[in-house]
Amino acid sequence: MNAAATEVETYEDYLNNDYGWRSWLFTTDHKRIGLLYLVSITLFFFLGGFFALLIRLDLMTPPGDLISSETYNKMFSMHGIIMVFFFLIPSIPTVLGNFFVPMMVGARDVAFPRLNLLSWYLFNIGGLCMLYAVVNGGVDTGWTFYPPYSSNFSNTNVAMAVTAIFIAGFSSILTGLNFVITIHAMRAAGMTWFRLPLFIWSIYATSLIQVLGTPILAITLALVAGERLLHLGVFDPAYGGDPILFQHLFWFYSHPAVYIMVLPAMGVTSELVATFTRKEIYGYRFVAAASVAIAVFGFLVWGHHLFTSGQSIFAGMIFSLLSYAVAIPSAVKVFNWTATLYKSSVSLQTPMLYAFGFIGLFTIGGLTGLFVAAMGVDIHVTDTYFVIAHFHYIMVGGAVMGYLGGIHYWWPKISGRLYPEIWGKLAALIVFVGFNLTFFPQFLLGYLGMPRRYHAYPDEFQVLNVMSSAGASILGVGYILPMIYLAWSMRYGEKAGANPWPATGLEWHTPSPPPPENFLEPPVVTWGAYDLSAQPDLANRLKDEDRVYKAALRAGARKREELEVEPPATGA
Amino acid sequence: MPEHIVPIKTYTIVLVALLVLTATTCAVSFIDMGKINAVVAVAIAFAKASLVALIFMHLRYSRRLMLVVAAAGLFWLGILIALTMGDYLTRGWQ
Amino acid sequence: MAETVVADRHAPGAARAHQFDNAEQQRDAATMGMWVFLVTEIMFFGGLFASYVVYRALYPMAFAVASQALDVVLGTLNTVVLLVSSFTMAVAVFGSKTGRRRLMLGGLALTIALGLVFLAIKFYEYYQKYAERHVPGPSFAFPAPYTEQAKMYFTLYFAMTGLHAVHMIVGCGLLTVLIVMARRGRFTPDYNSPVEISGLYWHFVDIIWIFLYPLLYLIGRHLE
Repeated sequence: MNAAATEVETYEDYLNNDYGWRSWLFTTDHKRIGLLYLVSITLFFFLGGFFALLIRLDLMTPPGDLISSETYNKMFSMHGIIMVFFFLIPSIPTVLGNFFVPMMVGARDVAFPRLNLLSWYLFNIGGLCMLYAVVNGGVDTGWTFYPPYSSNFSNTNVAMAVTAIFIAGFSSILTGLNFVITIHAMRAAGMTWFRLPLFIWSIYATSLIQVLGTPILAITLALVAGERLLHLGVFDPAYGGDPILFQHLFWFYSHPAVYIMVLPAMGVTSELVATFTRKEIYGYRFVAAASVAIAVFGFLVWGHHLFTSGQSIFAGMIFSLLSYAVAIPSAVKVFNWTATLYKSSVSLQTPMLYAFGFIGLFTIGGLTGLFVAAMGVDIHVTDTYFVIAHFHYIMVGGAVMGYLGGIHYWWPKISGRLYPEIWGKLAALIVFVGFNLTFFPQFLLGYLGMPRRYHAYPDEFQVLNVMSSAGASILGVGYILPMIYLAWSMRYGEKAGANPWPATGLEWHTPSPPPPENFLEPPVVTWGAYDLSAQPDLANRLKDEDRVYKAALRAGARKREELEVEPPATGA
Repeated sequence: MPEHIVPIKTYTIVLVALLVLTATTCAVSFIDMGKINAVVAVAIAFAKASLVALIFMHLRYSRRLMLVVAAAGLFWLGILIALTMGDYLTRGWQ
Repeated sequence: MAETVVADRHAPGAARAHQFDNAEQQRDAATMGMWVFLVTEIMFFGGLFASYVVYRALYPMAFAVASQALDVVLGTLNTVVLLVSSFTMAVAVFGSKTGRRRLMLGGLALTIALGLVFLAIKFYEYYQKYAERHVPGPSFAFPAPYTEQAKMYFTLYFAMTGLHAVHMIVGCGLLTVLIVMARRGRFTPDYNSPVEISGLYWHFVDIIWIFLYPLLYLIGRHLE
């Protein structure tokens, strides 16, 4: 191969170093595993979205005329299960975390690469079990699986669904474990804890939650399966059991789980705000500490899901108080991002649009969380559309926008290509408009009394429901557009350099797409996380390095040609 | 980091202690002390577990971070049990 | 400079796996990884322990009476067996650290043997429970007035000891693999992480039993 003749373009990166299905399915490269996850969770996202589509279609008219009430129960159950366990919880950690945690700390890979691949396989095995449950007639217990309905009375595929989540849960645990060890043990020379990007702090806090909380979910769902299959009766009142014990155990995980979903998006937002304001994040240490505080406090508030369940009033009061406390670190982050904007140089590129969307919508979602944290108000709005709007503002307005923002931000690094900016901005705008049109009316619906999980409603709610359904269709368009133009960019997009934005952070100190072992030489870090002053003339310097690197590769290729030596095997 | 190698003699002493504690907890359980029975049983169990963790599992000779990790696991379980029992114990209150 | 340098994996202090910079980092990562995994196991068993605490607090008498139906001799014997097996495991790790291969192999083999003894006794106990119709299910029978609540006790008994037994079986399997690897000379004083971290796992399973024993077997002895 005449390497000398080909100019800048070909060098060994993680995508072209090996070909064939085996190089993907048996890879231990964290970057490839991140892309494998990208494919899996995108498929589940659209499956979960399909169920949402059917829900919103049925809710266009007051009577339940599109699907029967039993089928409707299955629709919202499967929408919830798939979106929560097979999209939101994995999304940022498994795609962006897998790809960038090693790079951002300056390592060659995660601590346990084969365990990483196992995580992906476990995720898909769980996913297949869930697909089986879906195809075999669905589940209708709600994603919350409350007994005694789930254990004794439901005639749907509960055991298969909880098995699917059990398996996917272990995928989540192993991913979290991998990141904890990677961040502790594999930071590059000079990369002290307080020089780490805030994305790493968020992923670290998320991983702590995954490790500490998910096992409880696993054993609790196993007990439900045990009740169904072996008639064990741990939550069965006939044997002195208490269904509320299930709720305690379930929400002990599932409340921190919402922080698994939102903390990584907060981490992405920190990166985006720093890059697109060309400034250090205001109060870096406070934001880092807030991430850990959210993870810790998040474990102390689960009883606010049990306010109306029969839990003791006194326990409810404690949980209510603690729920107000957990809002504080989140607010600290919002204040600090906003303060970063002051006297900064804001660049409204696509990722920054998503970051602004996150900050605004997460704030609304978080503020409405204060409504439901008050026991008195919660009696009125619990199990209504108010709660649904509250958590969708955080999950979709927050977590999904953070995810999309991160995908767009790191897309040049992942693919080596730039997407068309005009389409990026358009899709972000469509998502924002569609999202608010879908979910803001739901606050009003809930406050006016429309219950959740009902497929029919009184006539006076129809206008707001139609607005919501219209918004959902717009939102759908906003989600499909990036699929198209990102795929397009992989072939036809303009080539991205090492640092197109430009940004600080070790991942931008290596070519796009990155080489198989991430860095040419192990990095040595002597600067703070977003310290532009330590990297003057950043963009130009990196352009030079890019050229030097590629010249070295060409020289190496020429040398190999002379000696007729095989190219080096990729580290495995 | 130089690895500390624990001598077999230390392991033997710990094993003897564990067996003594086992005999104790078994014998004491036959004596009626009301609610104290449960406290003593759990206390002895914690003592045995600590011996296994600190000596057999080398926690005493490991980085302090490992101790923090182990303690965190126990503490988190404690949160689950404490706050859940907080519900059950106060249900009867007026 | 453009070529990937393949590190000599057998140089002193070199890491065996490419993502690590040196052997010490690899060992640290393995140890920390196992401890974090054990924390997940604490929480996994923890759900059952939490359920136990709740129901024992609600039904103290029923639990005490039902507990008397367990064989305290076999339970105590099993406890001794596991404690000794932890000792033999620690000896095996000592052997791997000091390069004393026969000590390591002997320790591992004894540990597995004791684990199998534990499992045998356990399954005999299960059989006893089955024969006395104390297995929760359609044929469950227990004297009034504690019938239903005793069923809760036995459900927890089987769930907790059953999960523990599954972990024992996995542990025996792990140690068997270790013996195979050890006989092939894979472990040296420089590289014995697999033995050490398997030891951590084994000791942890022992610790679970250290708690299960008094909580399940010794509740009602003072009432006999």
